Amino acid sequence: MTLTKLKEKSQSRIYNKKKLMIYFLTITAGFLLLCVRVCDLMIFQSEHYLAIAEQLHERERQIKAARGKLMDRNGVVIASNETVCTVSVIYNQIKDPDTVVDVLSQELQMDSGEIRKKVEKQSVREKIKSNVPKEIGDRIRSRKLDGVKVDEDYKRTYPYGTLASKVLGFTGSDNQGIIGLEVQYESYLKGTDGEIQTMTDARGMELANMAEQRKEAVSGKNLLLTLDVNIQKYAQQAARKALEEKHANYVSIIVMSPKNGEIYAMVNEPEFDLNHPYTLQDDGGLSSGTEEYRQQLNKMWRNQCINDTYEPGSTFKIVTATAGLEEGVVSKESSFYCPGYKIVEDRRIKCHKTIGHGAETFVQATMNSCNPVFIEVGLRVGASRYFTYLKKLGLLEKTGVDLPGEAGTIMHKQENVGEVELATMSFGQSFQITPLQLLRAVSAVINGGTLITPHFAMGVCDEDGILTEPFLYPTSDGAVSKETSETMKEILTKVVSEGGGKNGQVPGYLVGGKTATSEKLPRGSGKYIGSYIGFAPADDPEIIAICMIDEPEGIYYGGTIAAPVISTLYQQILPYLGLKTE
Amino acid sequence: MSRENMSASPPVRGRRYVTTRSRDLVRAKKKKKSYFDYSLLFVIIFMLAFGLLMLYSTSAYNAAIEFGDSSYYLKKQLTATCLGIAVMLVVSFLDYRKFVWSGVVIYAVSIVALFLVLTPLGMEFNGARRWINVGISIQPAEIAKLGVIIFLAVLVSNNRQRLDRVTMLIKLFAVSLFPAAIIYFVTDNMSSALIVAGIAFIMLFVASPKYSYFVLAAALGVAGIVGLLTTGNGFRGERFQAWQNPEKFASGKGFQTLQSLYAIGSGGLTGKGLGQSVQKLGYVPEAQNDMVFSIICEELGLFGGIAVIILFLIMIWRFMVIANNAEDLFGSMLVIGVMAHISIQVILNIAVVTNTIPNTGITLPFISYGGTSILFLLTEMGMVLSVSRQIKLE
Repeated sequence: MTLTKLKEKSQSRIYNKKKLMIYFLTITAGFLLLCVRVCDLMIFQSEHYLAIAEQLHERERQIKAARGKLMDRNGVVIASNETVCTVSVIYNQIKDPDTVVDVLSQELQMDSGEIRKKVEKQSVREKIKSNVPKEIGDRIRSRKLDGVKVDEDYKRTYPYGTLASKVLGFTGSDNQGIIGLEVQYESYLKGTDGEIQTMTDARGMELANMAEQRKEAVSGKNLLLTLDVNIQKYAQQAARKALEEKHANYVSIIVMSPKNGEIYAMVNEPEFDLNHPYTLQDDGGLSSGTEEYRQQLNKMWRNQCINDTYEPGSTFKIVTATAGLEEGVVSKESSFYCPGYKIVEDRRIKCHKTIGHGAETFVQATMNSCNPVFIEVGLRVGASRYFTYLKKLGLLEKTGVDLPGEAGTIMHKQENVGEVELATMSFGQSFQITPLQLLRAVSAVINGGTLITPHFAMGVCDEDGILTEPFLYPTSDGAVSKETSETMKEILTKVVSEGGGKNGQVPGYLVGGKTATSEKLPRGSGKYIGSYIGFAPADDPEIIAICMIDEPEGIYYGGTIAAPVISTLYQQILPYLGLKTE
Repeated sequence: MSRENMSASPPVRGRRYVTTRSRDLVRAKKKKKSYFDYSLLFVIIFMLAFGLLMLYSTSAYNAAIEFGDSSYYLKKQLTATCLGIAVMLVVSFLDYRKFVWSGVVIYAVSIVALFLVLTPLGMEFNGARRWINVGISIQPAEIAKLGVIIFLAVLVSNNRQRLDRVTMLIKLFAVSLFPAAIIYFVTDNMSSALIVAGIAFIMLFVASPKYSYFVLAAALGVAGIVGLLTTGNGFRGERFQAWQNPEKFASGKGFQTLQSLYAIGSGGLTGKGLGQSVQKLGYVPEAQNDMVFSIICEELGLFGGIAVIILFLIMIWRFMVIANNAEDLFGSMLVIGVMAHISIQVILNIAVVTNTIPNTGITLPFISYGGTSILFLLTEMGMVLSVSRQIKLE
């Protein structure tokens, strides 16, 4: 390192200045380029990035839509919504934690320590309590505490509790239908949730003082049902009584209009409380959450009228009789002889009266529910024509009722039906149908031959229960001729007035009907289903009902145990429906 | 106002480039008044105030969530700034010619400090081991920048007549390459290494009468960096791809860049208004650090963003004026070193934030959060002001 000379230094400083200027201009150029780049981003690409950024910052919060109500045929609300509140806190919006803790613990009657923990937790949104009654929610909201959010939600309520529980069904935690009509009409009842768009930070915390964008919720549509709360109540009481008296497995009753298929009542006792659908009436020591408990719940929710099939037994003789009359192989006055059994091919099929009914006309045979006579009629009709009537009366298809999970017919294939099979079918054995299928077929027999579609929903209605959008259900005429229909009504009236169905008589009214007693499979188990179908008024039926008692203890004859149930029910509901006494 | 003919000429007597009190007195009689660059001081003060304001704006929300104190970052930065201002004032009143010795000292200290990162004194933030803890946390790379500037200024002015020789230039450049290599290999901090090497390159370019060597060196350097970026290990290779197409790497290397672009793009012409940025609410990771410029753009708009660039340009212009009028080469070189330091960081930072170049961690001087950085920047400002004080007006 040597001494610096003045001249040399001066020379080097000339380079300094020139090169420094070069460097400065280079920097200036660099800065200019950056300015251009910034302009490009902030003017020409601004829209693009702003759109993405806003999308990134927005969060949606749902506004729950109120679920449509279910109303009975008279506009009585049977499934409704209760407004409940969910109280939550937003950490970064709380200004006075102590007051928040005090107010919330006081209003919600919760432990203040538990609330404090949630209030002080750094999270997006901490839920304090849900299903809070609206009044309490409103009170908390009126305190205008920063960081406390009270959101409204809906909870489905069923004011009549167990009323038609297996028909109506219930909703789950998200207010979605789980079983019954609540599932079937989900799309009508559900409505459209609204949403609130809010700005949030990267952690998802909502920002205070930012404008919210609201899209209001659209409530679900109300449904007007064909059910009648009073008839359903009467039916349920009658079924309950029979259930308890006979210690039966279950008791089902369906009450329907044979003219248009509107179902007034459908009972499957024991029913369950729709407001607590996940509680077994008798949990038998099972703890909830286990697989077995779930199976028990599913059993409890089962609608036997449509989900289960059974061998109808003697009530099915109505179908055989109709086929015989239509085909002209038998008439009211045709005479038969019952020795107490009938030999078909190599089989000896017994009559329920083993000593035999002796000589009898066809009408008397129906009143006696004589098996050999109906075997004879069935054989005269023949398998192929018999199946034509099964088809005409809708017994080979589902009824099309507006409930989920309808069971189908369990029937021999037509080509496999020999004389023995046809013989057993003639008096309602060796195949299975649902009670509702039988009710529909009998309705066609007595209403002049119109095959109706049983249903529960009349259509969409307004808040006052006025129908605004009626639903249409298919019907088809000509299943049975008018003459046969009249004859059948006459015969079935005699069954009740003078024959095996006399327990079905209703003072002051002329009713028709048929009883049945079916032994459950396997034969010899000693388990029976006693059932009865009755309609009134006999000459122009407005109402038809079936009662089936599953596995009764003691006497199990349908005519003895099921017919009185319908008789009692008719004594209450025929006057209620405004039907005049004779 | 050409002043080279009246520039300070070192005394012919002394062996070393050192002035004496008596000579100062003689010169003082000749000159009418002393100079002080108030424009630069004003720009510095404005920049500091603006920096603190923007730092508070960007960091308050995250600080409140992380530390329960919205002014957590502001307080720390304010402490470093106050200390820095004190250092700046003290240094500005000292005669820069008296701290020639400090060049070698600071240079040596920084080398030692860089190695200390490997000892238990070293500290790790966000997966990078770049700090040492000596009561307060310090980033030795920042010391190295100051060390290289002073030491190289001394060496350049002592070897001024041999700056046209390639061997001398390589020797001097090696002085900076040594700490740069340590920064790169020991602390895995490529951006700081580049800045240190860049500062030396510019100081030598300005000091040397030659062009060809520098053009060649620059071409080699650029080729080397591009090579490192494209063919380097997976991490840098991916970084390069994320630069070309940040949206494809939105959840990885491109995330920070993309969030920064969202912020800049959302600003538009006039911005959302001071304090109104949404991207700073955790979307841009650690918005108060490298990406602070994007939040400035979002809040203050295109005008705010360009105003910041212009402010830096004014500052650099003042550096040039002071360097041109410095009393001696040592003073000039000090100022040119500082000028190189700030201009490189500003250009690289804004280029990264706007995704003009691949992402690399470089802070924006005076505005980004970082105590060591602000302390040493203000020390450098003190030096520049000290050089400006020695300018004598006729």
